[in-house]
Amino acid sequence: MTSLPPPSAKKLGLVIDLDTCVGCQACATSCKEWNAQGYSAPLNDSNPYGSEPTGVWLNRIHGFEVKEEGQAHSRIVNFPRSCLHCEEPACVTVCPTGASYKRAEDGIVLVNPETCIGCKLCSWACPYGAREYDQSDGVMKKCTLCVDRIYNENLDVEDRQPACVKACPTGARHFGDLGDASSNVSKLVAERGGYDLLPEMGYKPVNKYLPPRPRRDAHTAKAEALPKPDGSAFDRLFVWADKLLSSKRVVGRVSDIDNSGKLEG
Amino acid sequence: MHPAYSVILFTTASGAGYGLLALLGLVGFNHGQASSVAFALVCMFIALGLITIGLLSSTFHLGHPERAWRALSQWRSSWLSREGVAAVITYVPALAFGLVWSGLIDAPRLIAPLGVVTAVMAMVTVFTTGMIYASLKTIRAWNQMLTVPVYLVLGLATGSALLAGIASLFERFQVFQAVLTIALLLAALILKFAYWRMIDEAPRDHTMESATGLGSIGTVGQWEVPHTSENYVQKEMGYAVARKHAKTLRRFVLVLLALALLAMLASLALSYFAILAAALALAAAVVERWLFFAEAQHVVTLFYGAKSA
Repeated sequence: MTSLPPPSAKKLGLVIDLDTCVGCQACATSCKEWNAQGYSAPLNDSNPYGSEPTGVWLNRIHGFEVKEEGQAHSRIVNFPRSCLHCEEPACVTVCPTGASYKRAEDGIVLVNPETCIGCKLCSWACPYGAREYDQSDGVMKKCTLCVDRIYNENLDVEDRQPACVKACPTGARHFGDLGDASSNVSKLVAERGGYDLLPEMGYKPVNKYLPPRPRRDAHTAKAEALPKPDGSAFDRLFVWADKLLSSKRVVGRVSDIDNSGKLEG
Repeated sequence: MHPAYSVILFTTASGAGYGLLALLGLVGFNHGQASSVAFALVCMFIALGLITIGLLSSTFHLGHPERAWRALSQWRSSWLSREGVAAVITYVPALAFGLVWSGLIDAPRLIAPLGVVTAVMAMVTVFTTGMIYASLKTIRAWNQMLTVPVYLVLGLATGSALLAGIASLFERFQVFQAVLTIALLLAALILKFAYWRMIDEAPRDHTMESATGLGSIGTVGQWEVPHTSENYVQKEMGYAVARKHAKTLRRFVLVLLALALLAMLASLALSYFAILAAALALAAAVVERWLFFAEAQHVVTLFYGAKSA
């Protein structure tokens, strides 16, 4: 049934931290690995070793360059993009067959590969490019939120998370119930100002993005207030050590000490 | 948007077929039984033939054509499903109308009501086709007030030119047919021109900044795409090949429509010119439909380097 179910109390989704994502593609590859044999299997590739390899991936990691006003250098933001499991997904309501549906119990948006006719209209209706058509399989593929992991009792409890979340080496991906204000993911969103993509379109995405923190690097960071020398015995010891180490006998280390610069200000 | 040939063929062929069918229904409503069985059968055969070819071709682009019947189930929410249902239902009054209008079944009192129902259902079907596109918020050029009227008027105009053309072959050509076709072609020309003005002026509300949410930091540009060759999203939604020729092709559509108009005027002197008019109008509809897809920009392109959508 492609009419939407009444809004569920449980809203499972991802929170993606754009501050800590390093763009390593581990989430994308582990997604492909798990889902090539899971619910969405197969996830076909065509010409994988040729000059123009293409294939179905449910998670894509973009890189954006953001130019801040008054900054000489722009910053790079790694930006994972996958299905946001919208509360009001147009990809579901446009489906003519009922293959595309939103689960009433937890809000996950899925495609039934047995009834999908491969008309592609859902991919036209999605503003986020979350759906990719599998040419060889003739049906639409999308993120399942690893529905075959998160409820899988054959897995250890700590593994019952989406493959992308498990794989992320920097902990930039978080999974949980965004319908529950007391969940870890909801707290994270509240604390860090998590936001929706294209909120003006009105699809109410469940997944949230955490904005990059204000930058702190050599060009822009204000030097943190350093303790001023107070003339104590400790200070005098460090000044003596600094002089000693700055002497020409330990050339190889001079630059390091200069860079730390802690006591020279 | 990628212009799939099967969808272009479907929407233009079935549009003309439904336009012709609607006009035949009205002819039946107005005049009763057709003047000859052969004329009626040829008209009905061409109308239903175009519709059927169109519907079949629309299933060619499906990944699983054998499951197409499932598309009739979700009419509560999906315009594509509604189109399927309307298309299937229309066959019933259309076939019944063809039988009584041609005189194969002698029931003159049924001609007028069946004609009206057929005409209404034909237009409802074209309306649902237009709504599939007009209801997509993700594609600014389609999510416009004039999208559906253009579908309706182009269907009627091409159908009307076809009717005049067929009538000329059967020596049944009437001045009224030419006048109606000229009026519809003129309406198509004006509406399409207005549609292009509309999409050129429609605000581009969505930006790379709002798509990524990074606008609060600064201006956003694409640094690296996630894959080394084009993926499905780029091929299907990022089609931009035609954009540089759009201006020329738009003029081409208007010229074809204007030539069809002139041919219709000429048909007043020599009725066979209506056949040429029908061919020109159909050619205009095909190019128009191709542009309708090729010019349409999808919001997802914002993630792939488009500045606004």
